Amino acid sequence: MASINELIERIHADSSEEIVTEYLEKIEKSKLNAFITVAKESALLRAKEIDSQGHDGPLAGIPIAIKDNISTKGIATTCASKILTGYIPPYDAHVIEKLKEAGAIIIGKANMDEFAMGSSTETSFYGPTLNPWDTTRVPGGSSGGSAAAVAGGEAPLSLGSDTGGSVRCPASFCGVVGLKPTYGVISRYGLISYANSLEQIGPFATSVRDVATLFDVISGHDPRDSTSVDRETNYSSALINDVKGLKIGVPEEYFAEGTDKNVEKSVRDAINTLEELGATSVEVKMPHTKYALSAYYVIAMSEASSNLARFDGMRYGLRTEDSDWHTTFSQVRAAGFGDEVKRRILLGTYALSAGYHDKYYLKALKIRTLIKQDFERAFRDADVLIAPTMPYPAFKLGEKIDDPISLYLADVDTVPINLAGVPSISLPCGFSGGLPIGMQVIGKHFDEAAILRTAFAFEENTDFHTRQPEGS
Amino acid sequence: MYENPDGVMIGLEVHVQLNKLKTKVFCGCSTDYHNDPPNSHVCPVCLGLPGSLPVINRKAVEAAIKIGLALNCKVEEHTQFYRKNYYYPDLPKGFQITQYDFPISSGGYIMIEGEDGEHRVGITRAHMEEDPGRLVHEGTIDKSKYTLIDYNRSGMALIEIVSDPDMRSPKEARRYLDKLRNILEYLDIFDGDLEGALRVDANISIMGGQRAEIKNISSHKGAERALLFEIVRQKNVLRRGGVVVQETRHFDEAREITLSMRSKEEAHDYRYFPEPDLVPLKISGWAPAIKEMLPELPDARRMRFVEQYGIMDDHAKALTSERKVAIFYEEVAKIADPKISAVWICDVLKGELNYRDLTIEAFRKEDMLSVIELLMSKKITEDGAVDIIRTLLDKGGSPEEIVKEKGLLKVEGDIVSTAAEEAIKENPVAVSDFKAGKEKALNSLVGSVMKKTKGRADARAAREILLGKLG
Amino acid sequence: MITKKDLEHIGWLSRLELSEEDREKYTPKLNSVLDYFGELDKADTGGVEPSYHVMPMSNVFREDVPIASLSQEEALSNAPKNQDGFIKAPRMM
Ligand SMILES: [Mg+2]
Ligand SMILES: [Zn+2]
Repeated sequence: MASINELIERIHADSSEEIVTEYLEKIEKSKLNAFITVAKESALLRAKEIDSQGHDGPLAGIPIAIKDNISTKGIATTCASKILTGYIPPYDAHVIEKLKEAGAIIIGKANMDEFAMGSSTETSFYGPTLNPWDTTRVPGGSSGGSAAAVAGGEAPLSLGSDTGGSVRCPASFCGVVGLKPTYGVISRYGLISYANSLEQIGPFATSVRDVATLFDVISGHDPRDSTSVDRETNYSSALINDVKGLKIGVPEEYFAEGTDKNVEKSVRDAINTLEELGATSVEVKMPHTKYALSAYYVIAMSEASSNLARFDGMRYGLRTEDSDWHTTFSQVRAAGFGDEVKRRILLGTYALSAGYHDKYYLKALKIRTLIKQDFERAFRDADVLIAPTMPYPAFKLGEKIDDPISLYLADVDTVPINLAGVPSISLPCGFSGGLPIGMQVIGKHFDEAAILRTAFAFEENTDFHTRQPEGS
Repeated sequence: MYENPDGVMIGLEVHVQLNKLKTKVFCGCSTDYHNDPPNSHVCPVCLGLPGSLPVINRKAVEAAIKIGLALNCKVEEHTQFYRKNYYYPDLPKGFQITQYDFPISSGGYIMIEGEDGEHRVGITRAHMEEDPGRLVHEGTIDKSKYTLIDYNRSGMALIEIVSDPDMRSPKEARRYLDKLRNILEYLDIFDGDLEGALRVDANISIMGGQRAEIKNISSHKGAERALLFEIVRQKNVLRRGGVVVQETRHFDEAREITLSMRSKEEAHDYRYFPEPDLVPLKISGWAPAIKEMLPELPDARRMRFVEQYGIMDDHAKALTSERKVAIFYEEVAKIADPKISAVWICDVLKGELNYRDLTIEAFRKEDMLSVIELLMSKKITEDGAVDIIRTLLDKGGSPEEIVKEKGLLKVEGDIVSTAAEEAIKENPVAVSDFKAGKEKALNSLVGSVMKKTKGRADARAAREILLGKLG
Repeated sequence: MITKKDLEHIGWLSRLELSEEDREKYTPKLNSVLDYFGELDKADTGGVEPSYHVMPMSNVFREDVPIASLSQEEALSNAPKNQDGFIKAPRMM
């Protein structure tokens, strides 16, 4: 699998068109179903343009897959939902503008759980994405298409979004690197909201270095997003192969019952490796972790129930037979949304409704405060925290799809990070029965430099990230 | 003391569009859409396209604070926006960004001309929100086969001003609206003449019934009509032994009636929660700074006029009840006698304008000055001045031309003198009555002089001359 | 516990038409999730302020300067039905 640097060399030697054509052929032959839309014509057109006119951007001529909940001007954007049938956005998301400036070429829109609601990419209206390591298994979710595309060699880079683990979970299941930045570091303008107060766009790649390069391109202040922060950063410069003196916090709550033995062992081995390189580790207590999952789902569903109210079939998307307006509205939505989306809208509506608002929504927000405080305390004793990304490796397709609770439980180690708004990177740290295992390195607010550096040092001294699924 | 025999209680929710801002409240779309085709002033934000995000217009916050201060409200130092979740085709996101807890201002009042003199109307709150789009129905809302939507209006900055239920008659409601509009125009943040600039929802109850909310009122006159209709309707329901239920009704402007909107959608549960895409406002210090720069408001200007120009309070009130009239007056009073100017603008010009349904813009300040100058130099009579004003409004021209065309110049003294001699000769009875001490007999002689001069003589001058000749 | 009857109301509040079969199918699943959320009751949140936003930001504004809008054609390009420049929605009543 080629890195950004290798691709740039090849583009100089051959052409961007050749590279793009290779990836397009790979996608065409693939059985993974990682893409909803392949932007073949526009990608080739742009590649030729870059070849003939030249471009000095850091990603000039390099193809990238974009999760299909990120608005792309002129390219269908579906959120993997029937309700957005036919929708072609008239505008680009902030990150797409940044990518275009940098010379990147959008090769297609990646599959995902419908409206990013899921951890397996099975709820897509366009069918599930398969895990490149074992096609009977899920790639994780909700950014499953983005992770599978990179793991399967169908794109060197991709973007996902992470509301409660949706970048890190598929990164872990597919054996690639995925970053969920601090809340506010990447503009959400153009990201179709699932749960606004929790989510961030995040980059995927096969190495920490490439993740950092992509992150440098797409991060930064955007005046169109009121929650966007204004800070000067250069993440690539944080990549130093040195962890001497680094203090690693190990939250025992993240190794709780239900964690696969091999997962636990791989992550603890990884911590040992870093200690051998000069880091120290200390156990930290995060006592409110047990409430995180419920609090997360209440907040996410509440916000989602309101965010998804705009899908009424009037201005865009699916329209059914007209009767009176309110009935048509209800019928459009009944026909356009899948089961999991409906369940979350119903639960979110309930959690915000008169009589239940305080019991669910307000209570969850108070727990969010307690969880933030857990992190603040932990970071008094540690520079970064290390924990499993997922409690187990990729599960079988269909295994959890009809049992919401067991599906939600898979997110137990990822959701607290979104509640607190801190950054976390997932990277491969082992294998179990041929399936990749991911660990996450969690940092303080805006301290992406520390987690990138830790991840980079680990990667430089191990070879888990170099293994590839067969046929990729 | 006003008795309020039916126990009428009216509260108004007034939506004021900040149409003097250059852009909408949460996006950069221009507010200058009134002469443009539908859906030509929209962007991903105000069209509610997936993925778009709102950012607050700083000037809209400043305008909201101005309004809060002008309505004697407490302006908050901390405020934030909420989502009000409900569904209507004019609402592109399925929720409205508005305020809920911590509105930007609350707890104020304004004074209006009530049924029995000055009357205080409490202001519950004045908060910020976004305007929905505009719906067009074919015929009426209940009969139309489809609904057309124009989102040009969507996202315009609105201030919703909620009054206490302090008005006791439709007339008071109208006076409240007049006063409110007047204050807003003084603040120069709003042009009340633009379509959709000020829209009213009215809550009204009478003794023995629950309150009805009337929506879709778009003018002051409409508010009065809708409320008059509603009082009669509610009284009729009660008289027939029925129950006035709490409900929302739609005002049909053309038919001047209200229609019940009761349906399943009545079961509102707005599920308010803080807008996660906007951060809170911490605006301590803004209100005191804005207060410093606040323009003079109608009540203050009225007091100043009395003091500075020595005019009657009634005149000062009439002159300040419209910002444009007050400006007109001050410009005239700068040059002409302030008291005479007040009399002629209030007692004559305003009446003539009202009669013709015209505004002050229909009359030139220079013409007013000419008329006053002609009067002061005794070149024309008061009747002549009224004639000039009417002619200017109906036909145009200049005061000088009108004087010439109509021969309004006051007649010379010797003509009056000749007329007086003739009058004395022709009315011996009146002359002898006057000489016998009947003062009133002089009036008929004056009348005779006026008749002979076709009204162009000055009545007072004619009287003096007659007295001289008789004495 | 939500009943099938409650679900009808929530469905209406959510503008999601639910068939009898849907209500049958959803009720137990929604209740199992709500049971799980019951976990929240165990947390002691006395005196704890809610975190509506994760970052302590405030006062983010735009200046009152117009930017280009979409063209009418772009604005209507995704609308399934339109007429004379308006977006066409079903009748209200
Ligand atoms: Mg309102
Ligand atoms: Zn706009």
